[in-house]
Amino acid sequence: MSNVTADELMAVTASRLLKDHKVVFAGVGMPLLAAAVARHQHAPHLTIVLEGGIIGTTLLPGKLPISTNEMRAAYGAQMLTDITDIFLYAQRGYFDYGFLGAAQVDMYGNINTSVIGSMEHPRVRLPGSGGANDIISLCNEVLIVTQHEPRRFVERVDFITSPGYLTGGDSRARAGLLTGRLGAVVTDLALLDFEPATKRMRLRALQPGVSVSQVRAQTGFDLLVSDEITELSPPSPEEIVIYRELRDGPAAGVADMAPPDRFAAVEPA
Amino acid sequence: MEHVAVLAARVERERASKADKADKRMTAEAAVQLIHDGDHVAIGGTLYSRTPMALVFALLRQRRRHLTVSRPLACYEIELFLSTGALDRIVSSWVGIGLPWGLAPIFRHYVERGEVAYDEWSHLAMGLRYKAGAMGVPFLPTLTMLGSDLATQLDLQTVTCPYTGERLAAVPALNPDVALIHAHRADMLGNAQVDGYQHMDVDMARAARTVIVSAEQIVSPDEIAARPDRTMLPHFAVDAVVAAPHGAYPHECYGRYGPDLQHFDAYAAAAKQEGPAAGLRYVEENADQSFASFLEAAGPERLAALAADAGELTPR
Repeated sequence: MSNVTADELMAVTASRLLKDHKVVFAGVGMPLLAAAVARHQHAPHLTIVLEGGIIGTTLLPGKLPISTNEMRAAYGAQMLTDITDIFLYAQRGYFDYGFLGAAQVDMYGNINTSVIGSMEHPRVRLPGSGGANDIISLCNEVLIVTQHEPRRFVERVDFITSPGYLTGGDSRARAGLLTGRLGAVVTDLALLDFEPATKRMRLRALQPGVSVSQVRAQTGFDLLVSDEITELSPPSPEEIVIYRELRDGPAAGVADMAPPDRFAAVEPA
Repeated sequence: MEHVAVLAARVERERASKADKADKRMTAEAAVQLIHDGDHVAIGGTLYSRTPMALVFALLRQRRRHLTVSRPLACYEIELFLSTGALDRIVSSWVGIGLPWGLAPIFRHYVERGEVAYDEWSHLAMGLRYKAGAMGVPFLPTLTMLGSDLATQLDLQTVTCPYTGERLAAVPALNPDVALIHAHRADMLGNAQVDGYQHMDVDMARAARTVIVSAEQIVSPDEIAARPDRTMLPHFAVDAVVAAPHGAYPHECYGRYGPDLQHFDAYAAAAKQEGPAAGLRYVEENADQSFASFLEAAGPERLAALAADAGELTPR
């Protein structure tokens, strides 16, 4: 029994964005968990696709995959194809949502999972794109889920592994990315979208108990703020139980529903 | 970036008929003699799934130099090649150990010092590079990778569609010198069958000049013919067949056995603490002896438990 964690808050918030009878191309980890929560909660006909070539996985509670290419990822799947093929479904426009995490994301939704520092003199060489570049380039609507910290929310990513709106305006389309749009960014503090003209990230809604100034303080760039800020409803006990059972297996227990005390835990910078 | 002459690959293919050998069975040691210093070796499977580990270990044992290794997503086998000084270049979309183990420290050691090149492509681009190679064409057009710094870094070119005028990324063909593939079943002619995930193995193998297949089971040609729809590679696309039960261990093999994640834990902890020295020691302790002795060290109970995991997860 414990409080609602930041991960649980993000997964539940993100899961609510996924509509029933749609197809979601999910990365492993948080995006997959969120998609699984949606299937068990309000979207039983949501089809989860994974880059290992898996269509319609159901997942075994407590045995979530840590790679999209392993057996656990295909549990109960309707179809197995090869990797290239699954991405070609994305290129054809079959996937309603692409769902990604991000090590570093900037004000235009560009994602870096390649390098901290420069490519010539890397401070940290990260693993690389995997399928992220393809998912953000080819899926119809892209959702990003990540923890809200200044080091993650930067004005300009060190390297554009996966192109969001590039430099804003119509620059994404001019680069040849004619399809796909960035729908939302889900964090433990807020729900954000992209302002239609400038394509800059914009605060739309707050997690329970979080203020606009707290979000701004955790964002490394000048954040646009919508005229109509709402507060997100907290996770229900049902949603948290589903999340915990998926992650840890049946009988993971009922939640104590206190929200995460995010700012009590953060040392003043 | 290496631009391949597709025609050269095709001429070689025509010259080197693989259809005339009646029995392609050989040991892993004999098979990896087909790999030379400076070769581009493509490793089948993805991350820790159906990796041809028996072949990888046999190759590590040879201490080849100046290799290029390509893989869709690479796991810690890359760190073993790095630690023994075998690699000049990695071609992949992702290199790590796996999400729970964080960043791969030996990979970081070499790449951050500029001691090995890492050509990072997107996952689909890797797939299309093998597919172009497999199709015998010099490139494939695609809508991915456009606008990214990956494209800039790789000097990725674009093409204009001659019919519609649309601009697309032109992903160049990849024709590896050798592909290492682990299958569930193969016959002595080279016909190879796989259950479950195919990863990028079919295109990778068909793109390669030389193909070495290891298999959990060597079966008769009649058994292959009993289920022809399962055949992933025909005999004339395969040069060598190696019997390798548990040949993907400690990685997983769909329907047969799960990954040995405890083995990963131990490796990752050592790599984090000691870097390349741990990688080299791992090779000396695990790969430099025979693969049979490596399996023996894992023990029959461990292998049985991993087989039970697979049974629980895959349809009967």
